[in-house]
Amino acid sequence: MVIEHGRYERNYWLDLWRYRELFRVLAWRDLAVRYKQTVIGAAWAVIRPFLTMLVFTVVFGRIARLPSDGAAPYPLMVFAGMLPWTFFSTGLSEASNSLINNANLISKVYFPRLIVPTATIVVAFVDFLITFFMLLLLMVWYQYPPGWRMLILPTFTLLAFFASMGPALWITALNVKYRDFRYVIPFIVQFGLYVSPVGFSSSVIPEQWRLLYSLNPMVGVIDGFRWCILGGESPLYLPGLAASICVAVCFLWLGIHRFRNMERSFADLV
Amino acid sequence: MSEAVIAVENLSKRYLVEHKPGSQGHKRYTALRDVIGAELRNFARQAVELARGQHPSQRREIEEFWALKDVNFEVKEGEVIGIIGRNGAGKSTLLKILSRITEPTAGRIMLRGRVGSLLEVGTGFHPELTGRENIFLNGAILGMTRREIAKKFDEIVAFAEVERFLDTPVKRYSSGMYVRLAFAVAAHLEPDILVVDEVLAVGDIEFQQKCLGKMDEVSRREGRTVLFVSHNMGVINKLCPTTIWLDRGAIRRHGSTAAVIREYLSQGGLNRNRIVKLDQLPRQYADGEDVRLLSIEWLCDLPLRHGDEVKARIVFETRGPVANLAMGIGFGDLSGKRILSYDTDIHEGYRPSFARAGLYAVEVQIDALPLQPDTYVLDIGCRHGDSESLFDMIPAALQLEVLAGPTTPGFLTTYRHPNVRLNLNGRWEWSVHDSQSSSSNYPRVISRL
Repeated sequence: MVIEHGRYERNYWLDLWRYRELFRVLAWRDLAVRYKQTVIGAAWAVIRPFLTMLVFTVVFGRIARLPSDGAAPYPLMVFAGMLPWTFFSTGLSEASNSLINNANLISKVYFPRLIVPTATIVVAFVDFLITFFMLLLLMVWYQYPPGWRMLILPTFTLLAFFASMGPALWITALNVKYRDFRYVIPFIVQFGLYVSPVGFSSSVIPEQWRLLYSLNPMVGVIDGFRWCILGGESPLYLPGLAASICVAVCFLWLGIHRFRNMERSFADLV
Repeated sequence: MSEAVIAVENLSKRYLVEHKPGSQGHKRYTALRDVIGAELRNFARQAVELARGQHPSQRREIEEFWALKDVNFEVKEGEVIGIIGRNGAGKSTLLKILSRITEPTAGRIMLRGRVGSLLEVGTGFHPELTGRENIFLNGAILGMTRREIAKKFDEIVAFAEVERFLDTPVKRYSSGMYVRLAFAVAAHLEPDILVVDEVLAVGDIEFQQKCLGKMDEVSRREGRTVLFVSHNMGVINKLCPTTIWLDRGAIRRHGSTAAVIREYLSQGGLNRNRIVKLDQLPRQYADGEDVRLLSIEWLCDLPLRHGDEVKARIVFETRGPVANLAMGIGFGDLSGKRILSYDTDIHEGYRPSFARAGLYAVEVQIDALPLQPDTYVLDIGCRHGDSESLFDMIPAALQLEVLAGPTTPGFLTTYRHPNVRLNLNGRWEWSVHDSQSSSSNYPRVISRL
């Protein structure tokens, strides 16, 4: 093996595969720690989406009297939107802080750094699975039978993963360089919650703005989730979905690109 | 038979250090607000200068710092090489490049085989996880596969002596257990090339001996190539037949350990200052967090002379209540081997306790210095009297010369037994042996002059 300037680049993706064991172990560590530290840790994954659903149903459904998608019950619609949103936002915040949280690893051991932020998203994914199980219970409660579209849900989950990965990689890399960058993340998450159609249906957006609105990648993801879960009650707006996918992919490419650019200096900066 | 497994060619590493005008001291990291603030101020200043009709000045300086510059060496298979040098000489940078943590700026390294690096024990240990879980976690971080770890699991546990605590979170471990477990995992790593940084500088003395034994076994019996960085000349001497001395980013000497160490230590220069600051010197075996040695001041004539009275004051700081403190100084030879120790608690067993944080001093007095004229290194340390645990320890804090004193017999300056460094007085009684008398008592004592 040869070590020289610029060599980092060449074997990168191969190394990423070689270090899959480390990826598995880091993801497992994050999970084990999260569910060990607090009994509430696990309960939290259940309580938080449930309470948020209640609040959104009351605020948007009851007080603001916004319409649901077709005949779907409002709480169910909110929950279908929150499912990908929580995945996105926890994934984004966890991954954004991941490099700093693992500073000691980065300065002492070599491995493709991309592993660290990616592994943290596994934790968000487990939370996602718990919330998904709650959704199933909720559907039983409302006696809302799932349709064949449920089978396409993994595709949109993947899209949500891409949508959170892109900005997360960028932010986490910047975070290494500028330590106060992490304060931006709660703001993005807070802001995004209201900009994305989590508490309401994206059908309330006037038709002429809909495409522009879909530039937010989470709009496409949430609409997709609702289409899969609520069945025919929430028709898919295809141009919007295409726009969302494009933006998500662009961000992902940008994120990976920025990350890879700054990666070489991580060990010197951390 | 053996060919080069590591070939380093013209290796250089540059760091850019930015000096900002008006910035106070060194910051651990940059904050975006500082950068934006500095840019705005810079912009405003330039605008003002431009408005006044002056040429806008560029006041930011970026200084280049070469941590390594044109380093060349080769290591053959099975060689064990020590790397020594002062702080900032580039030792750690070299190891970091070898373990691919950071990239070189120029030059290249050819490596034949898998590199395992041990720059710290317990990298990635998580306090919430149990000992068992941490073994797997740490093993994976060090590059072992799950199967390798599972195969060595029992061996690791036995080495660390933590069988009973395997399912306890490591946050409840004593610091000794923690270090033992961490080292045990690392010691069972089986790379072709092992890169080790000062990791033996932790743990209690007994465990350190065990670690040294293990290192010796790894290098000698298993024929692995090892690069070993340490400040401890004794350890380097014991483990490594050859040594590289790095000085300000370049190789100063590369050769047989005994010769390199001797030159390195004598190069350090004799310290003829009355007061020697200890605060910033590298520590070993201890972190100097609870008790920190600050300075040593000679209260007698310098240079020291054989047979003369020696007096020194050591100033230290306690950062909280400390019980049972014992202080000690030790003289060693230039190979790092300890020759003579003075501890505060040898005869009377008196070990003071300090109820609160503060600055304290202790004075040591040696009635007649027994060291033969030569050059010595002085170690200074303090420990918790009842246990082996060290509060603070500075190996080779300074180098001293000892000259012949008025009572030193002349032969000691011209002829010296190569292995004897101490020359003491003892209590002697002279008498005249009367060969005529058959009795066994010799009553006539010649009085001393």
